[in-house]
Amino acid sequence: MRLKSKDILGLEEMGADEIELILQTATSFKDILNRPIKKVPTLRGRSIVTLFYEASTRTRTSFETAAKIMSADTSSIAAATSSVVKGESLKDTVLTLQSMRPDVFIIRHSASGAPHFIAKLVPSSVINAGDGMHEHPSQGLLDMMTILENKGKLSGLTVAIVGDILHSRVARSDMWGLAKMGAKVRFVGPKTLIPPEAAKLPVEVYTNLEEGIKGADVVNVLRIQLERMKKGLFPSLREYSQLYGITNERLKAAKDDVIVLHPGPMNRGIEILPEVADSSCSMVTTQVTNGVAVRMALLYLLMGGSEDVTAS
Amino acid sequence: MAEQRSLVMDADEIRRALTRVAHEIIEKNKGAERLAVVGIRRKGVPLAERLAALIGEIEGTKVPVGILDIALYRDDFMTKQSAVGQTDIPFDVNGRTIVLVDEVMYTGRTVRCALDALMDMGRPASIQLAVLIDRGHRELPIRADFVGKNLPTSRKEMVDVQLKEIQGEDKVFIQKSEG
Amino acid sequence: MSLLLKGGRMIDPSQGLDKVADLLIEDGKIAKIGENLNADETIDVSGKVVVPGLIDMHVHLREPGFEYKEDISTGSRAAAAGGFTAVACMPNTHPVTDCKSIVEAIRRRAEEVGLAKVYPIGAVTKELKGEEMAEIADMIEGGAVAFSDDAFPLENSGLMRRVMDYAGMFGVPLILHCEDTSLSDEGLMNEGITATTLGLKGIPRESEEVAIARNLMLARLTGCPVHIAHVSTRGSVEIIRRAKEAGVNVTCETCPQYFSLTDEAVKGYDTNAKVNPPLRTADDVAAIKEGLADGTIDVIATDHAPHAIEEKDCEFAVASSGMVGLETALGLVMTELVKPGVLSLTDAVEKMTATPAKVLRLESGSLQAGKAADITVIDPEAAWTVDPSKFHSRSKNTPLGGRKLVGKAVLTIVDGRVVAKNGEVMA
Repeated sequence: MRLKSKDILGLEEMGADEIELILQTATSFKDILNRPIKKVPTLRGRSIVTLFYEASTRTRTSFETAAKIMSADTSSIAAATSSVVKGESLKDTVLTLQSMRPDVFIIRHSASGAPHFIAKLVPSSVINAGDGMHEHPSQGLLDMMTILENKGKLSGLTVAIVGDILHSRVARSDMWGLAKMGAKVRFVGPKTLIPPEAAKLPVEVYTNLEEGIKGADVVNVLRIQLERMKKGLFPSLREYSQLYGITNERLKAAKDDVIVLHPGPMNRGIEILPEVADSSCSMVTTQVTNGVAVRMALLYLLMGGSEDVTAS
Repeated sequence: MAEQRSLVMDADEIRRALTRVAHEIIEKNKGAERLAVVGIRRKGVPLAERLAALIGEIEGTKVPVGILDIALYRDDFMTKQSAVGQTDIPFDVNGRTIVLVDEVMYTGRTVRCALDALMDMGRPASIQLAVLIDRGHRELPIRADFVGKNLPTSRKEMVDVQLKEIQGEDKVFIQKSEG
Repeated sequence: MSLLLKGGRMIDPSQGLDKVADLLIEDGKIAKIGENLNADETIDVSGKVVVPGLIDMHVHLREPGFEYKEDISTGSRAAAAGGFTAVACMPNTHPVTDCKSIVEAIRRRAEEVGLAKVYPIGAVTKELKGEEMAEIADMIEGGAVAFSDDAFPLENSGLMRRVMDYAGMFGVPLILHCEDTSLSDEGLMNEGITATTLGLKGIPRESEEVAIARNLMLARLTGCPVHIAHVSTRGSVEIIRRAKEAGVNVTCETCPQYFSLTDEAVKGYDTNAKVNPPLRTADDVAAIKEGLADGTIDVIATDHAPHAIEEKDCEFAVASSGMVGLETALGLVMTELVKPGVLSLTDAVEKMTATPAKVLRLESGSLQAGKAADITVIDPEAAWTVDPSKFHSRSKNTPLGGRKLVGKAVLTIVDGRVVAKNGEVMA
């Protein structure tokens, strides 16, 4: 079976069967990371352009590593943007790069919908590495893979996502993916950081941390940014930490075998205490490894030929 | 389009062929020391397990078995996409004598992929190839060291190996498609 | 030279007229409406509806300064093709229309073009900066028919009160774009589940409603005639309804997009659906229709806002806000309001003729004898599909491409001259 679209723009529109295919494929790829020679020739000579309009070391490096392990060639463009400065338009940048005929564009941009705009513009595949407040599909997939490895299933689990949901594309991708696979998703955070009409999404909304993580199998802790405090969305990091910071004590409300995820980078001491971040229930380093595996799987599934082959 | 199936090996014939191949492997390698058997997904895997068990019984040792998925090494990725399965080599490849096992050898391309994949995992002392059926029509200069049965076929025919572990019974069919 | 429109259904809300008759035009004026009349030239309009020339009191012609989007010539052509014989144009030009000389320049240019009549709306504050009042009396003398802060809402209540006190002296309406920018706060579309799903910052309805409430209280205090622009929400309609019941001197308008589209039109990040005020929900659309039906909403205007291709062919966040409307307005009114029975044809026509004329204190919007022969002939059964590539406007930014509509202007007459016929503009 194949992916239905030439692009990976979000998990909202993806079918449960496609998600399963990606997770299965990623599991097969993960073993390559344990080999001495981390190289397979599958994408030899194919070209991948990463176009990051927002600073990001981990996601960009993860995609580049994935591409290189598969023997693809990568070019990386880090563009600084400001909505005030009118430099070359996104459209012109992409069309210029397209004329060098890359197979895949990987784009991160602060404007929701930017990957959709580009996907209509070029015949190459486009992978959304994070657009504004909209989605971050590869992160959603690696989160699901981490949960699946640990719990053996996704259906029926309770997953609590805690923090600045409003600005989090990770939270949204997690929500779409997990809901599709039958998990129960909760958004937990102050009202000012919960998106409008969130109750209409496939989630339960909580503003109280303890109630929100009660009985949860998974707690995904989001990073809180200082800029949000400056915008008056909550009074101080201290108060945020007191109300929503994840500590071992607070975690007792969740299931005994709860696992903790974090998309990184962590603000140790604010949204998550070191005692939790470094504990055995923290899956943060596994997430990073799974990130490379998931991204390899995405590149493989997007760039393969059109016919299906079953190994006999 | 009429399809004619004819049985070319039954369960007993398969069992005898595998037993003979196991003995040949032991003889060629003067024992089972440093030996490992790696099955090429999918059907090569149960055959590899059977061979490893047979060799182990004869020599009184345990022979390690590995599973090799060659999807990522195929040379037809641009036109075809195959599902990627698990590769599991639970032993150190370096310095080992590896016997690759597949159920049918045809063009030789699958074995070429398997050789590349194994080499990326380390440096075996040597690689040997055991196949249940060799049906001819090689497109690459590759030959099997151990063959269960030589089966001359035409390109229009299909060789269908059915194994107890997968299809419930051991049988080898040739299928002729007309038209 | 006399021209006869023969056998059409004459609808003139200004005189309560609705009958099949002939209409005689002489020397650019309406001579009479009667039976079996004769003239030098006759046009058969049987089966068609003949109404006073449509007036669009909220249009952006972009000249001076933004001619790459539209200018008085292309805008007038778009108006004529859409069946409009008059438009009132907003002051957010460059330089801003904040003084008599620019008002006069716009009028002169429009006369040169000689298609739709153009009535300039002057800026309320100099350069639309919201600091100092512009020369209102001087602009009235130059021909400005109203004043507006359009797209640059006057948020300082003290200044708004003073402006209302001053402008109110002249009896000329203040057209207010009501928005609390600290609530809309760089939002990109209506706040709600669609915005949340798309990851776009939302503009809450309250941003419009809070501003309308404040403006109407100040209007009541000062007695200044106030016209609320582009009403888009249920709450706004309710506030205006109550204010009218309380005797506040207020009129208001809505635009076809607010009764024809919802925020779901943004799905897929269609920048053509990016407009301010944003497209709202189905419930708001229902409320707008109710407001039109019960008379709370007085006028239908377009807020025709042309933008160039590069201003829309980009990421949603940086796209300009606005859609063109002159060439789709009549079709939407007929299809979304008249056909389904939300408004009678007469009431719909009134909101595009007699009422805007009354608000702007114009001598038009009527088929009474002696008035200028500004006339629109409508084919109420004409089925057509919106094709932006065929627009006369220089810009084609609309989310309605491909929409099937029923009802079109087949003849547009200004001062007795045919300026558009079957979608073709003369000269």
